[in-house]
Amino acid sequence: MKTIGHILEKEFIQIRRNRVMLPMMIVMPIVQLLILVHAATFEMKHIRMHILDLDKSGISRQIINKFKGSPFYEIINFTASDADAENDLLNNNADVILKIPSDFEKKLALENKAKVQIIINAINATTAGLINAYTSSILADYNKNLIAEWTNAPALLKSISIRTTYSFWYNPELNYSNFMVPGILVLLVTMIGVIMSSMNIVREKEIGTIEQINVTPIKKYQFIIGKLLPFWIIALFELGFGLFLGKILFNIPIVGNLGLLFAFASVYLLAILGIGLFISSVNNTQQQAMFISWFFMVIFILMSGLFTPVESMPQWAQYINIINPVAYFIEVTRMILLKGSGLADIKKHFVSIAVYAVIIINLAVFKYRKTN
Amino acid sequence: MENVPVIHVENMTKKFGDFTANDKLTFEVFKGEIFGFLGANGAGKTTAMKILCGLSSPTSGTIRVAGYDAYTQTEMIKKHIGYMSQKFSLYEDLTIVENINFYAGIYGLKKTEIKEKTQNLLTKLQLWDEKDKLIKSLPLGWKQKLAFSVAVFHEPGIVFLDEPTSGVDPITRRQFWEMIYEAAYHGITVFVTTHYMDEAEYCDRVSIMVDGRIEAMDTPSELKKKYQAETMNDVFTKLARKQNN
Repeated sequence: MKTIGHILEKEFIQIRRNRVMLPMMIVMPIVQLLILVHAATFEMKHIRMHILDLDKSGISRQIINKFKGSPFYEIINFTASDADAENDLLNNNADVILKIPSDFEKKLALENKAKVQIIINAINATTAGLINAYTSSILADYNKNLIAEWTNAPALLKSISIRTTYSFWYNPELNYSNFMVPGILVLLVTMIGVIMSSMNIVREKEIGTIEQINVTPIKKYQFIIGKLLPFWIIALFELGFGLFLGKILFNIPIVGNLGLLFAFASVYLLAILGIGLFISSVNNTQQQAMFISWFFMVIFILMSGLFTPVESMPQWAQYINIINPVAYFIEVTRMILLKGSGLADIKKHFVSIAVYAVIIINLAVFKYRKTN
Repeated sequence: MENVPVIHVENMTKKFGDFTANDKLTFEVFKGEIFGFLGANGAGKTTAMKILCGLSSPTSGTIRVAGYDAYTQTEMIKKHIGYMSQKFSLYEDLTIVENINFYAGIYGLKKTEIKEKTQNLLTKLQLWDEKDKLIKSLPLGWKQKLAFSVAVFHEPGIVFLDEPTSGVDPITRRQFWEMIYEAAYHGITVFVTTHYMDEAEYCDRVSIMVDGRIEAMDTPSELKKKYQAETMNDVFTKLARKQNN
């Protein structure tokens, strides 16, 4: 016990003295929260629309007014030339072209149906899908009113068949930061756990002090605990600091029990530090450790559901998430913070991550003992 | 010098696959002795030293270090030896005092004891005014002297020195050897490897390894007589050449 105390004392002096580590630990959560939460948003605002009105009729003007009235659209150009519209799309001045063909109104009156064309820049498929959905629903809405008007019946009666109303639970205002902040916090905790811990251990190999440590009476388990415990403490501190920032900067809801969140984080970190230890035992330089850490981090983070919903991934990708600890923690963090889930709701996650931690730590310790 | 063997090695063999790094080494080192362990690069010195320090286990043979068995009691061996590696082993980003506190603490020394001994040591080395300076700000010679002092701080029975003076200027090397003599005078057995043949002359006894075997072992003067050589350098060259022919 005393030996571990001596190692911890040394580690904390070294961390305190490191010119990069300490400032980074304060700056990282602030920057990540401020930049990522605002930038990595999928909210659609300011869809730039080019309107190609070849009809110039009463109906076409009504349709255009619908888009003008919507907070999501910004009419950037208004022409009657196909070439102009196409140019706007090519030069990335417009996201979508709405083309109303000539004789639109006439055709509608005579045949009771007419077509408009929507051309969307689909370089970003996610955005394109959303634009398509928004635009179509505005048109459909207008169409419904038109039918009601033309058949001379009260609008409500005619469209009574099925009406969809929305109520968004757990995040009623569809506030994107409420969704992002918990995810970013997970990112933060994970980065400290994997990258910093693995680099720290490998550093001793790189500068050669590990050889000296190995001839002292320090036991392997004492060294491992002494090396990993500081990062366990720091990561939990960072989680608290990040939550505090999220509360004052974004006023994120904290519906559930924070104690439960920290309890889960404590176990989660064991798994993450285990991964860090494993990486450090198969690498000899900080450069290698950094590279391998990034390899895993990128896969874990992109697969985790931080940016894109796991549910929309293909089945095989969802299976990969079974061994992705980040996915568990992101889900649990959102559940506890936004939904107020209790222990019973996250029991399955808790057991899974605990089993994960036990397996990975044993594997890492085994590997570490063999190689050093 | 008392005739108590603190290192007892009999037929020590270490194999890595088909390669035999140490071939039936047999020797004894006595209490308070300065034992020079010489050999060309790749002769198997480091392998042997690692086994004696409990870092690596031998393939066969009987090995006792400080009275403990090298197969089963490596933890006890580690408690009773000091070690200074070829690679610099103090923490560059800790101060002199922090390094001493860390290593002495690991060996279980008490706080008050550490404090007192630190003061004596640093005063003797004339480093007391630098005690709160980071190791990385010190010149190499000082670092090496400090590393040695830290290795014997807990007063081990044996200290293993792996090429402790490589890259150090002649004056500092001289001072370094004075420290080694002092340690030996206080009863610490010194087991040292070196490539400087003038340093071999300072040893009480010397063994010379060639290709995994001990080719010669005696006092420097006896060795010179036996090989009809002027200096240890000539002895070493003759032995190495004999092997090559």
